Amino acid sequence: MTRTYTSRARELVDTPSPVISCTDVNIYYGKFRAVSDVTLEFGDREITALIGPSGCGKSTVLRSLNRMNDLIPGARVEGVIDYHGQNIYDRGVDAIEVRRRIGMVFQKPNPFPKSIFDNIAYGPRVSGMQVDNMEELVEKSLRDAALWDEVKDKLKQSAFGLSGGQQQRLCIARTIAVQPEVILMDEPCSALDPIATMKIEDLMQQLREQYAIIIVTHNMQQAARVADRTAFFTAMASEETGDRTGQLVEYDTTEVIFERPADQRTEDYISGRFG
Amino acid sequence: MSLPRSPEAATLDRVSAVIEPTESPAPVGRDFPAGFLAARSRPGETITLGLMKLSAWVSIAITIGIVVALLIPSIDFFRQVSVMDFLFGTRWAPRFANASFGVVPLVTATLWTTLIALCTAVPLGLGAAVYLAEYAPWRVRKLLKPILEILAGVPTVVYGLFALTFVQQTVLRDWLGFTTGAFSVLAAGLVMGVMIVPTVASVSEDAMSAVPNALRQGSAALGANRMQTTLRVVFPAALSGIVAAIILGVSRAVGETMIVAIAAGSQARIVGGPLEQGLTMTSFIANAALGDSRVGSLAYDTLFAVGLLLFVITLVVNAISIAFVRRFREAY
Ligand SMILES: Nc1ncnc2c1ncn2[C@@H]1O[C@H](COP(=O)(O)OP(=O)(O)OP(=O)(O)O)[C@@H](O)[C@H]1O
Ligand SMILES: [Mg+2]
Repeated sequence: MTRTYTSRARELVDTPSPVISCTDVNIYYGKFRAVSDVTLEFGDREITALIGPSGCGKSTVLRSLNRMNDLIPGARVEGVIDYHGQNIYDRGVDAIEVRRRIGMVFQKPNPFPKSIFDNIAYGPRVSGMQVDNMEELVEKSLRDAALWDEVKDKLKQSAFGLSGGQQQRLCIARTIAVQPEVILMDEPCSALDPIATMKIEDLMQQLREQYAIIIVTHNMQQAARVADRTAFFTAMASEETGDRTGQLVEYDTTEVIFERPADQRTEDYISGRFG
Repeated sequence: MSLPRSPEAATLDRVSAVIEPTESPAPVGRDFPAGFLAARSRPGETITLGLMKLSAWVSIAITIGIVVALLIPSIDFFRQVSVMDFLFGTRWAPRFANASFGVVPLVTATLWTTLIALCTAVPLGLGAAVYLAEYAPWRVRKLLKPILEILAGVPTVVYGLFALTFVQQTVLRDWLGFTTGAFSVLAAGLVMGVMIVPTVASVSEDAMSAVPNALRQGSAALGANRMQTTLRVVFPAALSGIVAAIILGVSRAVGETMIVAIAAGSQARIVGGPLEQGLTMTSFIANAALGDSRVGSLAYDTLFAVGLLLFVITLVVNAISIAFVRRFREAY
């Protein structure tokens, strides 16, 4: 049986033309080092999947990419996370500006308790975007998120009336309304049924034309289906302190990770022989 | 090559192996004597339930009793004084030879003190609540919240003396040089406001803390700053609790007696400005109730008529706020 990886649909160069690059990134919660020495580059207009066992620090790494860790008391990032030549952790960098360009979709759909329209308009409004026609922007965002046809007649109704899958697509629409460059997704389908999951995966394929997408997933098939590149993390006892800490094991095109991984641990994990 | 197997699938296989049917004897709980599903009586539960029902009905009965106790003397009162004269009359002189029962002066005094109290308590209380719920490190919050709640427990007579001696005499007259007498609705209102701050702060802080963090994260991820998140997401989501906090404040201000009785004054004249003194509805009741009004006399019935009016005002405020919350809240 042959499998088509998305990477085949488009010629991937060996190293991505990076939109974000991490160099020697260590992330701490208080004294606990959750992630050590991560160095990797996320390609522009590519989908990168972060996979690995629970607790290996995937969410932690993801949150560090748009400074969402700032919201967690005690969280601290060391190393360089470079975005267009600027370390986003430099002093004087505005975390709010970072998040406007690097958006995030969460594991559990979290629409605001507002109307569908206001959910989409929220980002443009708070970030002071110059919007000539909000109706148009809302429609475009909903279309891009493949939700327009389902909600066009009830834009004024509460977003809480939508199904889980629709809510998640609403959250994606909300994110693209502020026209970010990168979209981070933390297990965006884990609360959804297979059909809603498929819709989101299709959507990601379309969004890849315009955005860089970084997705955390526990679903191996999903990573294989959607991602151009895949990074495998695991938690290991650190050599210095002996604490369990998350590390990047292997990072390559999805095809290589799934067909001929270089590291035995990757092989074990993707074939289900791990943890 | 086959699809990579997920760890979940592997686990599932193991689980299904465990629950394979076995031939061992039926485990305990697998015998079915006649009537095995018949209802059983549980006396403990019945008694508890009865007690809870009783307490619910007792509180309702007491409330109805209070309303009836207010209504009966009030009806007597309105047999002798027309409702119009009472509600719109501008002279309050119930004990004079040519008695007059226009309640407007009392209402103006209550309005002034309540308004001043709210102007103090709402900004301070909401400010404190926003700080505690959205900004304060949890250490600070853990320290401040109980302190705030202690403040709510200071006896109101202490606040009354504070208003009379310090705020009115020292602050308003000596420091600020205002021309005002021994009493003013301003001093009483300000101190009453301070008294209500903990109530407003504590109840609205609870409402804001109850807003799920996922909403704050969603807002931050869209490039909103903290203040925008607070005002546009947390506030609307917590609106019903915040309005409840303010209503609680209004009810306490309208019904507060000791502070106004001590510091607002005792002459029933229409209050035209914050530096004037005035007799509120509650201080009238407190003062007159200490007197020697005979049961069934007009003076006695007057107390209940004013009390009934207070009760109606509180009810109206509550009704308005419920309508307001229905209209504007964004329930999560
Ligand atoms: N807010 C936090 N405070 C303290 N420690 C945390 C916090 N969030 C995560 N950690 C710790 O950091 C490590 C990595 O957690 P993280 O949530 O990033 O893992 P993950 O790979 O996303 O796991 P999962 O697949 O279960 O979501 C774990 O040991 C976890 O206990
Ligand atoms: Mg996670």
